[in-house]
Amino acid sequence: MQHKQKKTNSYKKPLSESRRGFLSTTRNLGLAILGGLTWSAYVDEAKANKLLLRPPGALKENDFLKTCIKCGLCVEACRNRDGNIIYDDKGKRIGTKEPTLKLAKPGDNKPLGTPYFNARKIPCFMCDDIPCAEVCPSGALDIKSLINKKSKKPDITKARMGLAIVHKESCIAYWGLQCDACYRACPLMGKALTIDMQMNKRTGKHAFLLPVVHSDYCTGCGLCEHACVVEKAAIFVLPLEYAKGEVGTHYVKGWDSGDQQRVKKAKEIHTIDERSKRKAVDKLNDIGGLLE
Amino acid sequence: MKNYLFLIARRVIQISIILLFLAGNYYGWKILTGNLSTSSVFGIIPLSDPYAVLQMFVAGAVISSNLIIGSVIIILFYGIIGGRAFCSWICPVNIITDAANWTRRKFGFDMIAKKTPISRSTRYWVIVISLVLSYMLGLAAFEFISPISMVHRGIVFGMGFGWATIAVIYLFDLFVLKNGWCGHICPLGGFYSIIGKYRLLKVKHDSNACTACMKCKVVCPENQVLHMIAKESTPVISGECTNCGRCIDVCDDNALGFFLKVDNNKKGEKNNEKDN
Repeated sequence: MQHKQKKTNSYKKPLSESRRGFLSTTRNLGLAILGGLTWSAYVDEAKANKLLLRPPGALKENDFLKTCIKCGLCVEACRNRDGNIIYDDKGKRIGTKEPTLKLAKPGDNKPLGTPYFNARKIPCFMCDDIPCAEVCPSGALDIKSLINKKSKKPDITKARMGLAIVHKESCIAYWGLQCDACYRACPLMGKALTIDMQMNKRTGKHAFLLPVVHSDYCTGCGLCEHACVVEKAAIFVLPLEYAKGEVGTHYVKGWDSGDQQRVKKAKEIHTIDERSKRKAVDKLNDIGGLLE
Repeated sequence: MKNYLFLIARRVIQISIILLFLAGNYYGWKILTGNLSTSSVFGIIPLSDPYAVLQMFVAGAVISSNLIIGSVIIILFYGIIGGRAFCSWICPVNIITDAANWTRRKFGFDMIAKKTPISRSTRYWVIVISLVLSYMLGLAAFEFISPISMVHRGIVFGMGFGWATIAVIYLFDLFVLKNGWCGHICPLGGFYSIIGKYRLLKVKHDSNACTACMKCKVVCPENQVLHMIAKESTPVISGECTNCGRCIDVCDDNALGFFLKVDNNKKGEKNNEKDN
């Protein structure tokens, strides 16, 4: 009964009251939409910068952005790693060098608070124990993906932070000058980066010593980019997504039985138009409309 | 000095925590590493911001066991004991907004303040919006704009233009809205208000000792929770109380104090009656 009474009371409320309620609900909703739209526009723009090098073991960019909690433990591990700490003569710790990894600050125009590195300034030195990925609490840096199956230990050569790309026109080795700075800097020298010797036809008696990157081995550490002697590096690391092409399933290496397996994944593409109504044989037989 | 006991204790804790984080980064100390989003105590015990983890979960991230354990520890601590204590005892933004509030009182900006249309429950709306956006955008939406993490992360890992964020919060609280950020908008504060609803640590009030000077209501950043002052002897029940203890500091009549109790109403009242 009491419940009923309450209800009838609320019906008896003056119109202005309910009008008030309606208006304030509408306003709150409107403000929520206003805030939500502004907010999402900002976040959408802020996450759009994808030309970033992430620490080793990082998930794919989209998963990385949702999984990284921005605690900076990787940056701390990078700063305090073996070999980055500066000791005085007595072996007392007096400081550290700048770490490779940085957390994006306001004003960096990068997804806020996420770790990245600028290889030209400070490349990744490819620590054997991968302290940055080891310490990640959220799994945004996935140490499991870097474990060597044989030794069951972290293996930094499995990291794929990016891929080095050579811009031939600004690389002085392609001019014919002798420079192998990137080759010498590469931690996987001879595997990830090789020197291709070619004849220099311009002089007729010299050789080109051309750097060639191999994506099967390149980890994207950026030591080559760091070492490059020209003003703006002619060899530089890009995220894999941007550095790599993709053949797809329509072309396979006929001389490679392993590669031929890929063709099995190929999907047929059926194009149906006016001409596909008749069989090809009929089309050939029908000279000048004989069949009709 | 008695009038600043909790204030000083809070500043000491707030600043020590930030200093420990800084030492973790620059000196390799292991006591406290990371930042307030996620940290590690002695390199063993994980602690995580449960609101950030909730957003990540809604965004569709796979939540690691580390983050789950870390946020459960935090939820249990604030949910059972501290209530919204994070806001007043840990969060560095609290120093900024307290400074703005102090400036307001000192220079009398309160006198010329106009009635503002923003309700204190805006923060709960912001939580809802943040979760909807996290789901839609596939990332923790508030973590991308959070001035809180810009400040604590900035102090430990480099500010960048984060100083502007500090200025914006200070000016907003000073000239636009009293207790604007912490008391109206911040969804993290709202989140801890919800979690801390059934906390054990509360402020109790003894209305018989109270002289109705209202000093507590002046300094309280969430003064709607002090509705019982000089009226009835009930503890502060609302989860929006940050347990900052400022009201206890300024009370000259011993009418306010902290107490640990399981039950909200009856036992607290009985307790007060006994005290009387």
